[in-house]
Amino acid sequence: MENLVQIALQNVNLAAIMPSLVLVCFGMGLLLINVFLPRGTTRPAVWISLVGIVVTAVVTVQGWGNPQYGFSDAVALDNFATFFNVTFLLAAALTILMSDDYLRREGYAVNEYYPLILFTTAGAMWMASGTDMMTIFLGLEVMSISLYVLAGFFRGQSASNEAGLKYFLLGAFSTGFLLYGMALIYGVTGSTRLTEIGAYLNSHSSLLANPMTLAGLVLLSIGFLFKLGAAPFHMWTPDVYQGAPTPVTAFMSAGPKAAAFAAFLRTLEYCFFGLKPEWSAMLWVLAVLTMTVGNVIAISQTNIKRMLAYSSISHAGYALVGLVAANEIGYSGVLFYMLAYTFMNIGAFAVLILVGKQGEENLTLEGFAGLGYKRPLLGVAMSVFLFALMGLPPTAGFAGKFYIFAGAVKAGYIWLAIIGVLNSAVSLYYYLRVMVYMYFRDPTEDYAWISLPVSVLATIILAVIGCLYLGILPNEVMAMAKTAIF
Amino acid sequence: MLDSYLPIITLIVVALGFATGSIIFSRLVGQKKPSEVKLAPYECGMPPVGSARERFSVKFYIIAMLFIVFDIEVVFMYPWAVMFKRLGMFGFVEMGVFILILLVGYVYVWKKGALEWE
Amino acid sequence: MSVYHYLTVSAILFALGTYGVLTRRNAIVIFMCIELMLNSVNLTFIALSRHLNSLDGQIFVFFVMTVAAAEAAVGLALMIATFRNRETIDVDQINLLKW
Repeated sequence: MENLVQIALQNVNLAAIMPSLVLVCFGMGLLLINVFLPRGTTRPAVWISLVGIVVTAVVTVQGWGNPQYGFSDAVALDNFATFFNVTFLLAAALTILMSDDYLRREGYAVNEYYPLILFTTAGAMWMASGTDMMTIFLGLEVMSISLYVLAGFFRGQSASNEAGLKYFLLGAFSTGFLLYGMALIYGVTGSTRLTEIGAYLNSHSSLLANPMTLAGLVLLSIGFLFKLGAAPFHMWTPDVYQGAPTPVTAFMSAGPKAAAFAAFLRTLEYCFFGLKPEWSAMLWVLAVLTMTVGNVIAISQTNIKRMLAYSSISHAGYALVGLVAANEIGYSGVLFYMLAYTFMNIGAFAVLILVGKQGEENLTLEGFAGLGYKRPLLGVAMSVFLFALMGLPPTAGFAGKFYIFAGAVKAGYIWLAIIGVLNSAVSLYYYLRVMVYMYFRDPTEDYAWISLPVSVLATIILAVIGCLYLGILPNEVMAMAKTAIF
Repeated sequence: MLDSYLPIITLIVVALGFATGSIIFSRLVGQKKPSEVKLAPYECGMPPVGSARERFSVKFYIIAMLFIVFDIEVVFMYPWAVMFKRLGMFGFVEMGVFILILLVGYVYVWKKGALEWE
Repeated sequence: MSVYHYLTVSAILFALGTYGVLTRRNAIVIFMCIELMLNSVNLTFIALSRHLNSLDGQIFVFFVMTVAAAEAAVGLALMIATFRNRETIDVDQINLLKW
């Protein structure tokens, strides 16, 4: 017993959790400061949370190439975690920038919003750096619980209530599956550390075919796939994305989704490399299903927010292709794609916020009629984001899809790559339809209500720069992504 | 081995016998004079007023929710208390940090007025 | 009583919870079924922890319990907010957005 305590104490390494620690401290400080500010003053909260994110980003970037491990191998702040952490922080920063004016417009200028975003981000960071099932579970829950609140943030609006409640019920349900999977794996291997599980399964290869191992893998995968919004566990996505406040939707589809990918990727690669053919086959089917379901249903949507929700399902499908490929270019493609998707998706939602009217109105296709003429800059920005979502050069979406499909081809999944490309072709239809409305329809509105607050403008400009930079000069970031995988 | 359980089994048998015996005995020999007051649900000797299915203030929910959250955190203190001496100063500081985090939540709740009844 | 008995009981409890989530219509009851699922997981962890003679499972249970409590608080708050606006928490009637 004495030894155990000694070992536990030696393993404490605060450097391994420094980024999330800084972020959580800012979040808690913000909560305390907020209660002493008069109601409705949110500017200080915006600034403090942005400063918090910048400080965290500085701390995070220090960890690049300088991996830190701690807490008996429960946390690993390696390049993989750092790459994802930067993605989460970018998503959080862009979301916070575009939130304030929107929240004011909708009459919910409430300070708690910003600490909640910070806590969600911290949870996502734990997921990405967790190398123990406990840390991954805790990160997932910190992230999810904050997101439940954010989704139901407009407590006077029925749609937001409904989104929050549905997300909560289905999210908690999926957590049950995830936990049961973790329990079974623990039962088979006697450990919760990912590396120990992998080593144990590797040295006792008869356990790989054990029904308990397989059941554990499947249940664990269900839990993660649910958070990814992969078909057939995508049912919650459209409703929650449509009902939640728009910036929250943007954030949810970028940061937390990337976090689920990070944890899923690490678990599969650390624990279940012995079962690669099995889970590759499983994910092959799910990737095809996810891409197709997302794209086909998105075609029939007229509400753009809901359409983007379905499109986010299909994008999860593209990223799953990278997991199926399970090689260097496929994995690093997933990392790259998540970063690229953060820029293009949050950018598209930022334009949606500006075009929308109070009470979540004017989010239909007709609401975009003639926008390209009346508001040329917004039109151009939206076009860039739509091109990126379609996966056309010279945008980030093209580079991301290129790497992922290249990984699939290299791994011998040529059909999967073909299905992926065909799906991208299908998606052209509904993305281009938005552009048709923007440029080839007579405006029914004068768009006089669109003001251009500096913060939202900053979001859009940053997102455009991100989309174009990752599209035109992807090599540098891709090289970083390659050093980030295991 | 089973001998040691004999007193317990005896006690269980006696208890069951006494309980069922007294119920059956009072059924058999007791007088029955039902009246409305006797059939009413017992409520501190007072006649019941209004429906029992009344909605009550949402304040109760808030207090209950806060109680759940703060109460359950105590589970982390049990293992800590068991190992307190061995963990030394480090354990003390760690638990201090943990309590501090709870305190942040407490101050927040307090300042938000969730603990006020009026 | 071997570990298999406990695992069987917890598997049955988990299945009952899942069945309840899929068939019940009241949000509170659904949430209670989810709690049943989480507690069956706890039972699994405790039984395995004893069987494997390792403490990790028990620590995991502590975390599951605290997280479940936080989840309950948030979930009940969401249900109250929904009830205030809609006067119902029947998930069949909460269909403003297509389910």
